[in-house]
Amino acid sequence: MIVSLLSIAITLLIALLLAKPVGIYLANSFNYSNKNKLFYPFENLIYSISGMKNKNQSWKVYASSVIVINAIMILLVYLIFRFQGSLPLNPSKIANMDPSLAFNTAVSFMTNTNLQHYSGESGLSYLSQMIGILFMMFVAPATALAVAIAFIRGLSGKSLGNFFVDMVRGIIRVLLPIAFVTGLIFVALGVPQTLDPTVTVTTVEGGKQNIAVGPVGSFLSIKELGNNGGGFFGVNSAHPFENPNGPSNFIQILLMLLLPMALPFTYGKMVGNPKQGRILFVSMTMMFIMFLGISLSAEYQGNQAINALGVQHDQGSMEGKEVRFGVAQSSLYSVVTTASETGAVNTMHDTLTPLGGLVTLSNMMLNTVYGGVGAGFVNVLMYAIIGVFLSGLMVGRTPEFLGKKIEGKEMKLIAATLLIHPFLILGASAVAFFTPLGHEAISNSGFHGISQVIYEYTSSAANNGSGFEGLGDATNFWNISTGIVMYLGRFFSIVTMLAVAGSLAVKRTVPETIGTFRTDNGLFAGVFIGAVFIVGALTFFPVLVLGPIAEYLTL
Amino acid sequence: MQSHSLNQHNEKVFIFNNIVKMLRLSLALMVICGLVYPVVVTGIAQVVMPNQADGSLIYNEDKEVIGSELIGQTFTKPEYFSGRVSSIEYDAAGSGSPNYAPSNEDMMKRMKESIAAWEKANPAVPVNELPIDLITNSGSGLDPHITPEAADVQVPRIAEATGINEEKLKKLIKENTQGRELGLFGEPRVNVLTLNIALEKLLQ
Repeated sequence: MIVSLLSIAITLLIALLLAKPVGIYLANSFNYSNKNKLFYPFENLIYSISGMKNKNQSWKVYASSVIVINAIMILLVYLIFRFQGSLPLNPSKIANMDPSLAFNTAVSFMTNTNLQHYSGESGLSYLSQMIGILFMMFVAPATALAVAIAFIRGLSGKSLGNFFVDMVRGIIRVLLPIAFVTGLIFVALGVPQTLDPTVTVTTVEGGKQNIAVGPVGSFLSIKELGNNGGGFFGVNSAHPFENPNGPSNFIQILLMLLLPMALPFTYGKMVGNPKQGRILFVSMTMMFIMFLGISLSAEYQGNQAINALGVQHDQGSMEGKEVRFGVAQSSLYSVVTTASETGAVNTMHDTLTPLGGLVTLSNMMLNTVYGGVGAGFVNVLMYAIIGVFLSGLMVGRTPEFLGKKIEGKEMKLIAATLLIHPFLILGASAVAFFTPLGHEAISNSGFHGISQVIYEYTSSAANNGSGFEGLGDATNFWNISTGIVMYLGRFFSIVTMLAVAGSLAVKRTVPETIGTFRTDNGLFAGVFIGAVFIVGALTFFPVLVLGPIAEYLTL
Repeated sequence: MQSHSLNQHNEKVFIFNNIVKMLRLSLALMVICGLVYPVVVTGIAQVVMPNQADGSLIYNEDKEVIGSELIGQTFTKPEYFSGRVSSIEYDAAGSGSPNYAPSNEDMMKRMKESIAAWEKANPAVPVNELPIDLITNSGSGLDPHITPEAADVQVPRIAEATGINEEKLKKLIKENTQGRELGLFGEPRVNVLTLNIALEKLLQ
């Protein structure tokens, strides 16, 4: 157990050390005067194929570009899923996907959610896995990264930039090179990378066993790096092919944290005050470590009901877990995947102990403990502005953030963004509980059933994508309702937050005085964490009591 | 006011003029990210490390595939080491587990049955020495490993069923045990499939 905890500490330390250099690299990559010799020719090729030019966009044009090109991509991929049966690269003879499932899947991957109501082995052809899923796994995080960069530009009083250039740079300079290298490392560690169909073998005891394979390595690296999280196989990174050993697990955790942890430093560099970014980074890391501590202690204690059977249970709760990871790496992975809104799993979250499950839910509800690439950091900045606003109310001064006055217009947009998250989660869950179509899907009785439904919609709204997978969610009701929740959870806040950025960008900067509320010191860290917990707890505490907390108290 | 409506007009014109460009950009990125990237990685992987790229398959003397080192198999006969509980019977055409909640009654029932079956098959080993990984369903349903303790407690049963002495079996377990990589990552574990293949060789 001590070695396991030590390995967690070392993993996190390496992630923390990578954050700053990667953050600076990101800031440089999106600096338009930086024409990287290695990547610029590729980017130019893409611009000339598509006919795009680098022109500054107003926030409205930036936001419409995001919405329209994402809609085009959803449509293209929807069509591929619907007709995959008759398209090439389908050696395992997989049939066309149903309309509602194809809608759900296309939206799911475009919104960086990767909720999966299909099973990879039997639901998608290799072509769909590649030009459908894999393609979206690049463009979805690149979209969110671009929006985050544009938002930071707005905060620092610059024009927002050009969405298409930002998206292409995100893919060519950040996502593709890292995914390529780590993809090959994964294969070296044992992850398959082949276009051959499923292998059939005769087992040692003489039975028949089918073993699904595929181009998994190239898929796995971008799945983690882009905080996508959708598995090539049904059980995601619990599958031995998708996570064969300790080192592969270690690299996956690093990749999930890489960009979300780096963005505060990108922000500090772009606004010209590294302390601003560092203080947010430290605040988020404190929340992360607190959640990890709760999860680890709950999972090591295990399930009292199983322990009462009298077996040897020093390992902790092993139902739904893999021996090569044990409790420590499973618990760590569950906290990292929900903090970074990735949604990959190496253990079944449905079988987590009630408090372990509570931590994963809380991470997604707050959506600010790092958060997914881009989208999460915009959310963090939103909470920072709320913190400034609350402090302003307390002292009776017009709040300022980075020298820009936060006024009625911005606060109205932020309040709407803040409310859409609980509205989607709680509203959709209420509908599911009230209709037989919804509650028929619940597979575990009692309080845990409530958690299953809440988890599904929280995961959708936060664009996480993991699930309490016992839920029978492959029906029209769930496909359509979660599809809508994912779409709104993603694009509503992109539009409103770009509007905030557009509004702030044109405001005159107020000179800093002795009376200015500073946003780069320890006091602000306290205000920020306070804002996250007070707003988050007030919103979600009642439903957490009904679900995981009640289950914990009655187990 | 006039400049405002002019702006709105410009935005509509912008989107309309750019739809074809956006479609072209989408298709270009689809080809780069969805085809060129995975095909290049597949090409390199197949040339440089074909064993891993094909799924770490294990062959017998007749060059027939008998499994994958990374994918567990069902072992029910008493003379083989048994692996973890799998609700999908180790059928790797899919993957999965029943996703039982900690409070699920079916799970408790299944575990009690596993314990009863254990007591019947392993009278020499009391239940309080039975490691929890042997009665719990793995996450994937394909877990190829058990803990070294879970292999050790099966030794008396296998010694009796095969006539191989316990010392030899323990040595076999050691040979098929993998420690933490770099002494740090992952947990110590025994590969049940390679262990049983080695056991079978001893029997022949």
